[in-house]
Amino acid sequence: MTTFQGFRRADGRAGTRNHVLVIPSVGCSQVCAQAIARGFRGAVCLPNVFGCGQMGEDRAIVRRTLAGFGANPNVFSVLIVGNGCEELSAGELAGDIARAGKPVEALVIQEAGGTRKTTAQGRKVVAEMLRQAARLGREPIPAGALVLGTECGGSDYTSGLASNPALGFASDMLVAEGGTVILSETPEIIGAEHLLAARARTKKTARQIIDAAAWWEQRAIASGQNIREGNPAPGNIAGGISTLEEKSLGCIYKAGTAPLEELVGYASRPAKKGLVYMDTPAHDIEQLTGMVAGGAQIVAFTTGRGTPCGSPIAPVIKITANRQTFLAMRDNIDMDMDRLLKGRETLALAGKRIFDEIIAIASGKLTKSEKLGQGDFAIFKMNPDI
Amino acid sequence: MAQAKVIVINGKDNVATALDRLEKGTTVSVDVKGRTEKIGVLSEIPKGHKVALKAIAKGEAVIKYGETIGRAVTRIAQGEHVHIHNLTSGPKGGKA
Repeated sequence: MTTFQGFRRADGRAGTRNHVLVIPSVGCSQVCAQAIARGFRGAVCLPNVFGCGQMGEDRAIVRRTLAGFGANPNVFSVLIVGNGCEELSAGELAGDIARAGKPVEALVIQEAGGTRKTTAQGRKVVAEMLRQAARLGREPIPAGALVLGTECGGSDYTSGLASNPALGFASDMLVAEGGTVILSETPEIIGAEHLLAARARTKKTARQIIDAAAWWEQRAIASGQNIREGNPAPGNIAGGISTLEEKSLGCIYKAGTAPLEELVGYASRPAKKGLVYMDTPAHDIEQLTGMVAGGAQIVAFTTGRGTPCGSPIAPVIKITANRQTFLAMRDNIDMDMDRLLKGRETLALAGKRIFDEIIAIASGKLTKSEKLGQGDFAIFKMNPDI
Repeated sequence: MAQAKVIVINGKDNVATALDRLEKGTTVSVDVKGRTEKIGVLSEIPKGHKVALKAIAKGEAVIKYGETIGRAVTRIAQGEHVHIHNLTSGPKGGKA
């Protein structure tokens, strides 16, 4: 059994990081929330602009995403900063996060007496939370506690040939340890959905996969767009990818070969272990945000053309098999799979390298995106704001 | 052993991926199901792009990873560059 050095949480889950998280429950309190977290090492503020003006399913998605970040095992404790009149109240969010067994406090600008007073109060709260967080140490945790988000962005011909198959090997290793692997970005399974459906554990999950792929294509058509014209993107095309099917078939290699246990909605926490599917857009940052809100404590992100993407609270390991990209973006990309692409390394060795790096990063080694402070955050919504 | 310049991923594939730029008029050796085939390159193939392993009829499926990645919009000759100019997405070889 493989273990990593992680932070044990009250709900039985385990973190790879130990952040104090400041969440503005609405866009109006974001600047104040940023001021509260500023300068504190170990405190992170989510750049949330929503929380008012969303209705129905969108309101539920925003609430689920913000609460999911708060409840994520990489977070030690949470301070919610609200304005006071917003649709999604600080109290409501704090309740969601407290139910997940997490220490949480809330401040409301209208009640605290304006921005300066709220900021001063908030900084006291965060300083105390950081003192408590520093007392918690890492301990050995079975790798089966890990939820690995998988993602690919800026794909080129090397993605489907090398980096995604290698990540797939590592995904299978984590599933064999009893862990969880999330595959997502539904528009980029179009053309490969039949292969995923055939791997589904139940007929219901198989049908949900097929339906999800069809929904995204129909959604684009309904708004006058052809999903197959905008995807692949110009960089994908220059990199040798001709069609969406070709991109998708390369994409799904990163999920390995395990059976697909269930499909969950955007930013929802999987109930099952093993390989699970989350229905997200292909937009890199919205997808990443959805998986971390769903409980991923670590993410493996393959790229061909290169990407700087990272998460505010989860380490994101960037992997490429494009040597030129690796050399050109050394401060962004963590791992190079060039030897596998050139046939100088076996898939098993390359996959094991990724698995070992996942364990090292989970145990505290910093990723390139963490060193750069690359905290990308964007919530997927279905409809315009009101 | 000389390093392969093109990769065939699956035995069913009718295209291969060039790991380096292939010049027009050159010949490349391709391993397909353990056999080595010689393919004359008819047009320049940029690094990472696809070359046809056999003639593909208009409307026929283009196969990579052992799966359909689209349909030929014109007849594609063996050794030709296969990309967005002669390959299109969608089950009917047209718009979805």
